[in-house]
Amino acid sequence: MTTATIRPAPVRKSITVPTSPERAFEVFTARFGVWWPRSHHIGASALASAVIEPRAGGRWYEVGEDGAECAWGDVLAWEPPSRLLLAWRIGADWKHHPDLLTEVEVTFTAAGAGATRVDLEHRLLERMGEDAQRVRESVDSDGGWSGILKSYADAI
Amino acid sequence: MTYGNAAFAALADPTRRRVLERLAAGPKAVGEIAEGLPVSRPAVSQHLKVLKEAGLVTDRAEGARRIYAIDPAGLGAMRAWLDQFWDAALNAFQAEVERLAMEEDAKA
Repeated sequence: MTTATIRPAPVRKSITVPTSPERAFEVFTARFGVWWPRSHHIGASALASAVIEPRAGGRWYEVGEDGAECAWGDVLAWEPPSRLLLAWRIGADWKHHPDLLTEVEVTFTAAGAGATRVDLEHRLLERMGEDAQRVRESVDSDGGWSGILKSYADAI
Repeated sequence: MTYGNAAFAALADPTRRRVLERLAAGPKAVGEIAEGLPVSRPAVSQHLKVLKEAGLVTDRAEGARRIYAIDPAGLGAMRAWLDQFWDAALNAFQAEVERLAMEEDAKA
């Protein structure tokens, strides 16, 4: 049976922060492990920190309280103070897949005196579904559909 | 925190979550979806309309019937989740910038 596939639009977000683009870029990257919400991790143990290595080709990963590192992706473009392009390689099953490429682009634009607009775009989300079998298997697990629906319910 | 996103609002309703759970098992017509749910068939149609507008289900004609389906990879839900996820993450980032600015002001 054929079914129509939804091609999800990119997720786009904008916020303004009261600092220069240079400082905003620095806080976003160098202090990533400080501000990143503790609830957002994929490793088995609670999140101790998360790291964006400061260079193109650098790794993007979390560190659990048990010391284990868990890859999220890597740095595709490192262009301070205006642009950061990250590869998000976490699939719909909440696991790291080295061959999966979705992109998170973050731009930092001066917005008047002492303010910076931060625009974030998470795109190529349709690629999360390319390995349909894997995702189908995850549908019935807690990490898949039921888990996602529980997250919705909890968040609402 | 508020979620302006349509997919999120669509899933705030427990019946709609049950409709989606049923569709996760495979494409179905309205009658099949409504079976065993404690709501009328027109009500299910209304829920499907909301889910469709939120991009969480698609429909197609099969003879005189409409068959509803969720994309097999659950991408609509994934996207809705990410939408909320990035809101929370950027709010946390903004709070950190503001906290640092206050700290620096206090030192100055």
